Amino acid sequence: MQLKTMLFYSHPLELTRILEAIDTFLRIHLSPGLATLAEGILVGLLLLATYAMIALALIYIERKVAASFQARLGPNRLGKYGVFQSFADMIKILIKEIIQIKKADKLLFYVAPFFVIVASVLAFGALPFGMNLQAIDFNIGVFYLLAVSSLGVIGILLAGWSSNNKYSMIGAMRSGAQFISYELSAGFSLMTIVVLSGTMQFSEIIEGQRYCWNLFNGHLPAMIAFLIYLISGHAETNRGPFDLPEAESELTAGYHTEYSGLQFGFFYLSEYLNMFIVAAVAATVFLGGWMPLQIKGWEAFNQAMWFIPSWVWFFGKAGLLMFFSLWVRWSFPRLRIDLLLNLEWKYLLPANLVNLLVMVVVVLSGLTLTELFPALFGN
Amino acid sequence: MRDITHIIRQAAEDAQIEERQKLTVTVKPRQLHPVVEALYRNKELPFDYLVSLTGMDWGETLGVIYQFSSSADLTQEVVIMTATADREDPLLYSITDLYETAHLNEREVYALFGIRFINNPDMRRFLLNDQWKGFPFRKDYSHDTGLNPVTVISSEIVDVAPCIRETADGKLIEENNPVFDEEDYIVNIGPQHPSTHGVMHFRTSLDGEIVKKVDVHSGYIHRGIEKLCESMTYPQMLHLTDRLDYLSANINRHALCMCIEKAAEIEVPGRAQYIRTIMDELQRISSHLLAWACQCNDLGATTAFIYGMREREHVLDIFDKTCGGRLIVNQNVVGGIMFDIYPDFRKDVNVFIPYMRKRLKEYDDFFSHNPIALGRMKHIGYLSREDAISYGVTGPAGRASGWSCDVRKYKPYALYDRVEFNEVMRTEGDSYARYQNRLDEIAQSLHIIEQLIDNIPEGEVCAKTKPVIRLPQGQFFQSVETGKGEFGVFVESRGDKTPYRVKFRSPSLSAVSVMPLICRDAFLSDLIGIAGSMDFVIPDIDR
Repeated sequence: MQLKTMLFYSHPLELTRILEAIDTFLRIHLSPGLATLAEGILVGLLLLATYAMIALALIYIERKVAASFQARLGPNRLGKYGVFQSFADMIKILIKEIIQIKKADKLLFYVAPFFVIVASVLAFGALPFGMNLQAIDFNIGVFYLLAVSSLGVIGILLAGWSSNNKYSMIGAMRSGAQFISYELSAGFSLMTIVVLSGTMQFSEIIEGQRYCWNLFNGHLPAMIAFLIYLISGHAETNRGPFDLPEAESELTAGYHTEYSGLQFGFFYLSEYLNMFIVAAVAATVFLGGWMPLQIKGWEAFNQAMWFIPSWVWFFGKAGLLMFFSLWVRWSFPRLRIDLLLNLEWKYLLPANLVNLLVMVVVVLSGLTLTELFPALFGN
Repeated sequence: MRDITHIIRQAAEDAQIEERQKLTVTVKPRQLHPVVEALYRNKELPFDYLVSLTGMDWGETLGVIYQFSSSADLTQEVVIMTATADREDPLLYSITDLYETAHLNEREVYALFGIRFINNPDMRRFLLNDQWKGFPFRKDYSHDTGLNPVTVISSEIVDVAPCIRETADGKLIEENNPVFDEEDYIVNIGPQHPSTHGVMHFRTSLDGEIVKKVDVHSGYIHRGIEKLCESMTYPQMLHLTDRLDYLSANINRHALCMCIEKAAEIEVPGRAQYIRTIMDELQRISSHLLAWACQCNDLGATTAFIYGMREREHVLDIFDKTCGGRLIVNQNVVGGIMFDIYPDFRKDVNVFIPYMRKRLKEYDDFFSHNPIALGRMKHIGYLSREDAISYGVTGPAGRASGWSCDVRKYKPYALYDRVEFNEVMRTEGDSYARYQNRLDEIAQSLHIIEQLIDNIPEGEVCAKTKPVIRLPQGQFFQSVETGKGEFGVFVESRGDKTPYRVKFRSPSLSAVSVMPLICRDAFLSDLIGIAGSMDFVIPDIDR
């Protein structure tokens, strides 16, 4: 009770209390097994709703940001500042006809978008959105995330192959080459931080960054890893300048040329969600996740920071990273496939391997900031 | 000129040489190739640039008019004519072995006039499909619409190229050569494709991502403008020139106006000359801006595309206020311009010049030195000077290969001999050189406008012309420098109020014809990027 009252006053906008109230309510009225089931369903629904909301918000934000980069206005007719544009688009895409392609491989053509969307939903489940706001806190969270997010490429390859369209095929092959290459870099840069944190569990990684973000704790190697993760993560989302699989000026729309209606919507949605997931992971692993800004010794300041709820911190950090992603997308021309693979195999990957070793040396010889200045940064 | 006559006489003794608007030589079909070759191989002044190749139907005979020039000095020109009396199966000799640009032009002549060229390796019809009945540009072509009904049945493209070859002992053999290998992976880039800048169709065989061969198909919007002109009076024809390269609409129209004015000996008032020159340069700026924007878009930089459009909008606003048209400046008429500029014209242009200069700097900062952009443009799509001349690639693209080919410098028209400007030249010959050339030419155009805008003389804007303009009998030529390159007008008149034959030399056709060469072994992405750097406009090709 003591703890709860403290939470109530110190973290006024956290969702912990509501969640606990729901939990208590369910457990009073239902048997333990049913309560868990009900909670599972609730969490699932909530995640899907969040998923859709984030995608819609991102589509709107991207359009607005792109417009401001391009000296345009962006959507401005539906609602104030056009905020309802995404909803209208969603409704439109939901009622659109799904066109059956005569010479396509029916089953695979149908299945492909699900692979893509399931991969991103699965990844969504392990993200820590805020304090106690995480569906499952795996002890191998980082590993799980890497594993499920690489499922998406199967969907893209299937889509390209089953469409029976040469543009789609080329797009899918590009995507395969690109995804597998950059998955390596993304994985290695996350491993660098796993070495630094000593754990793969997201909650522990966040806790370890209470007074010093991993980005600063691991100083040089961590910063390199951060940069590489941003680049390769951005490449994995198939967005400009890495949008070769769709490359609208070359391949019309690449792997999803033949898709329409909701099936296309799945690809579209997962593209935005993948962007969010990459930013969220980067924010969690490098920038302290949902943990508010804390400085050792400044108790009043720390307390004040907690008044801003943890999920705001999380979305704020992820949002900043997503803004970078948009910035890059709307500024750079597209890479060519050989330049893209060169970048990965000749520069990023070797740099990454060396960086991982450097990080090991840094951690083993106690050169991290927390160990160098425990009075300032130690937990 | 005496040397040229001498060379021609050596190659063909009975060639008929006349001094008309240009030096005109009439030869027999069999003598054509030796004469052309002699001119081509002339050491002092090689006539290595085939400006235009025009099919002709003179009633009794079918023939071709070739307009040659020298790459070293564009003012040196020779016109060679040849004809055959056989209307059933007219055969002439090809000159593709000397001039690559002849290739597509000869195919066009075959489609429109039915003249086949011996030794052209690929005698498929260009602009028209294989099933077309009759040869529409012949004077005796039946206008019956039932002959070539509009069909909704799609026909397969047959990749077989017929050709007539002459063996060493003078026999003619007909052959059919496959365009692609059997196991080639062929992708249709176009005609419905976002980056072909219209309905261009490249049949491309790929090896993975690498382009093995490009086969150019065009004609999806062929309107037969040259044929339409034959049934129109001269002032009526003007409107059709706008529909060729619509991005250089004003300049095209200027060319036709000058051609008619020269032939009819109409003096254009000074004020009109000033306004025409300024409008031409504004048009060039807008054309280059769009080219820049589209090239960036082809490379995947959508923001740069919008930037280009934003600046172009200012030029279009000036056009809009001048004549009501934005894309197509409906201003030039025979004898001058249709109506005077609006009162604030000077002010608007004077505001635009410093604004555009600032933006050029922004383009440089934003895009020109971006490492990805450089990787996509430097050493990509290399076009050598020899190839540029052989394919007749003029304009910023030709000058990027080190070929000085600015018509404004060599054959100044309007006020270009009175203003000071540099011919922008580069020798790298790659996409990036073409890219930079366009931006630099915008700066030069601004410089030209700057010199003229404050000195526009008062006076009439249009000379008095007869209500019905008749050109004297003869052949008339006029070249101008559009945003894409050398645009040529050829009018053959028999003294009527309508022309007997009109031909427009299209700079875009040359730019497209060189695509198979410079895209070979490039990446698929680069094919699109190179196409953007060549900056062709499809209506200009399809005419």
